[in-house]
Amino acid sequence: MSLLAAAGPSAYWYLTRSTGAVALLLLTIAIALGVVDVQRWSTPRWPRFVLDSLHRSVSLLAMVFLVIHILTSVLDSFASIPLVDAFVPFVGSYRPFWLGLGAVAFDLLLAVTITSLLRQRMGYGTWRAVHWLTYASWPIALLHGFGTGSDVKSTWMLALSVFCLLIVVASVLARVLSGWPANLGARGAALGGAGAFALFLMLWLPGGPLGSEWARRSGTPAALLPHAHSTAAASGSGR
Amino acid sequence: MTPASSTFSDTAPLAAAQPAAALPRLLAGIPPHGAMTLEEHLAIHDPPPLLRGHGKKHDRQRGAALIDEIERSGLLGRGGAAFPTATKMRAVAGARGRAIVVVNGAEGEPASLKDRTLLETLPHLVLDGAILAAHAVGGEEVIVCVCESAGAGFEGIAQAIEERRSDPACVAFERSAKVHLTRVPGHYVAGQESALVNHLGGGPALPTFTPPMPFEQGVRRRPTLVSNVETLAHVSLIARHGAPWFRQLGTPSQPGSALVTLSGPVGHPGVYEIEHGASLVSLIDAAGGTTARPRGVLVGGYAGAWIGGERLRGVALSNEHLAPHGASLGAGVVLLLSEQACPVAETARVARWLAGQSAHQCGPCVHGLDALATTIEEIAGGIAQARVEQRIEQLARLVRRRGACNHPDGAVNLILSALDTFQTEFADHARHGPCDGCTRRPELPLPLAPVSSEAVER
Amino acid sequence: MSHHVRVNPISCEAHGMCAELLPERITLDEWGYPLVDETPLQGSQVEHAIRAARACPTFALLVERERARARS
Repeated sequence: MSLLAAAGPSAYWYLTRSTGAVALLLLTIAIALGVVDVQRWSTPRWPRFVLDSLHRSVSLLAMVFLVIHILTSVLDSFASIPLVDAFVPFVGSYRPFWLGLGAVAFDLLLAVTITSLLRQRMGYGTWRAVHWLTYASWPIALLHGFGTGSDVKSTWMLALSVFCLLIVVASVLARVLSGWPANLGARGAALGGAGAFALFLMLWLPGGPLGSEWARRSGTPAALLPHAHSTAAASGSGR
Repeated sequence: MTPASSTFSDTAPLAAAQPAAALPRLLAGIPPHGAMTLEEHLAIHDPPPLLRGHGKKHDRQRGAALIDEIERSGLLGRGGAAFPTATKMRAVAGARGRAIVVVNGAEGEPASLKDRTLLETLPHLVLDGAILAAHAVGGEEVIVCVCESAGAGFEGIAQAIEERRSDPACVAFERSAKVHLTRVPGHYVAGQESALVNHLGGGPALPTFTPPMPFEQGVRRRPTLVSNVETLAHVSLIARHGAPWFRQLGTPSQPGSALVTLSGPVGHPGVYEIEHGASLVSLIDAAGGTTARPRGVLVGGYAGAWIGGERLRGVALSNEHLAPHGASLGAGVVLLLSEQACPVAETARVARWLAGQSAHQCGPCVHGLDALATTIEEIAGGIAQARVEQRIEQLARLVRRRGACNHPDGAVNLILSALDTFQTEFADHARHGPCDGCTRRPELPLPLAPVSSEAVER
Repeated sequence: MSHHVRVNPISCEAHGMCAELLPERITLDEWGYPLVDETPLQGSQVEHAIRAARACPTFALLVERERARARS
């Protein structure tokens, strides 16, 4: 009993979950603002430079939350997640695949952030090419959240995730409907990709993270799994 | 006939021989078909002066002396911009890095034939000039650019380069200079200096943002002298015969001779050599006279200006004489339009073509030229909006000087000049729609299909 | 030593932020492209011009000193 009490949830664990959720939300908003930016939408009260500036600020803020999310998950003593797992995907011991997806997303976003901070020094073409990685990073981050997230079964987290998904799909739709990319085939691919991803989630989630024993199936080390005879601890189900 | 400059001692001094001052100069001895051989070329024009091979210091001096002579001659570029050639050469010579000479034979102006004619029939004249220019600016590399569609021109110059390789005198003349030959796309803006440099550097044949200008940083970031084919042909003659000889023809502000391409209702359309300031009438006479009454003449190609039929008698072909008419000689394109042709329909056609020839890199050009072409087409069709003149003036203001190159400015010049010269015809069309002349086969030459392998699409 | 603003028309993609941040010198034409007044900037305007240049997503707006002739 005392062991359980000692192994109670630390502040880090709460922080890593919350900052993860916020980072996802901020990344979503950043994408939406990015589309607003490239579509050149503006109103007299929200001129172009404000929306563009907002896009840049929200993106940076997302990175801040992402860094805190990573640090707190490293510092949290529950699972052994060394810092290297944040950069090098799939080498960890805790849910290697799903955590690794987070590292992939982080790496992509790092590239985007660094190139954006150093925009003045590189050609516009290079910066633009790297910036496309944001569209790749987002679904990877979402899957990471579903795969490793402790709150995946809770209503609020599901609702937030669905909300974010809708925003991103709507952003892609808005972009494609306005006639981008010029190539019709590529346009179809973009729409198809977004639709396929949503469909995949609908089919996979129930039997996956929302299903039973996800913690074991996703690769949580056996030592960390709640044993059959232990009561559902204060830490909640399936960690 | 003043003696040659005294800075040279031994071999072929600069500007020594003083032949007769009259025409033809460039076109002297032009063969009826095929290219003039090296032997024939040297028989007509004495060997060119040797600028290299006297030690570095003397080479530099001789190079500078040639540039001085070019400056004294007052030679202006013959590619359309009429920029003083010596100024350009000096800028390239003074810039950092080993210079490159680019011979601009792109000739994207549809009605111009002079450059391909020179390349096809008088390649040695051009090559002499290119090598002399390379030596003068301290360069070792010459890149001859020929339009993709100028097959015979390419053959002519390729043959000439081969001929020279096996001739010891030429080898000695050229020293270490290497001559490369390449084909370039034929679309309208491909011959623009920065576009050509862009293409030679591996990019598209589209203009780039300047500065840096090609004379500072061009091909491979080296100072590049981009010179028109005809300009270099003149250089080769000035080097042989000197500035005073060059100045014996032409006007004080625009000395020497020039090649013009005359087309339209004349007996023998084609390339002619005139002295600057010659009257249009004398040119037409030399071409066998008109075969139909001219309604007007377009001088300077599709970036040029119209002069109405009633004023033709007084037109002289030099920039200072053309300026009061709002025109300039440009690349020497002179297009006569017959009275049966409809200037409104022709202008609409050319305006649409010019809009299509935009590099599509700059918003004001893309949108502005399209809007202008649409407006002219509407006038031609009798469906113009109210206050269309104001709209055109507004568009002209929105388009001028807002592109990376002069293409939109040229298009605006042409359109505004057509509206001004053919006021009556435009007013008629605006009110009554198409006329009989609209259905006739168009007279102004335009390429039928995309002229280059490089689609101008963005 | 005077400063001027200039637009690289090839890079410009009509985002329009420059006109919002430096309305004293830049207005937009009917297609959204900048109409630039290239007369020298007043001292207080220079920092706004620099801010506008930084805001341009494509780096099309340039703040230059003693501009040399752009086209021959």
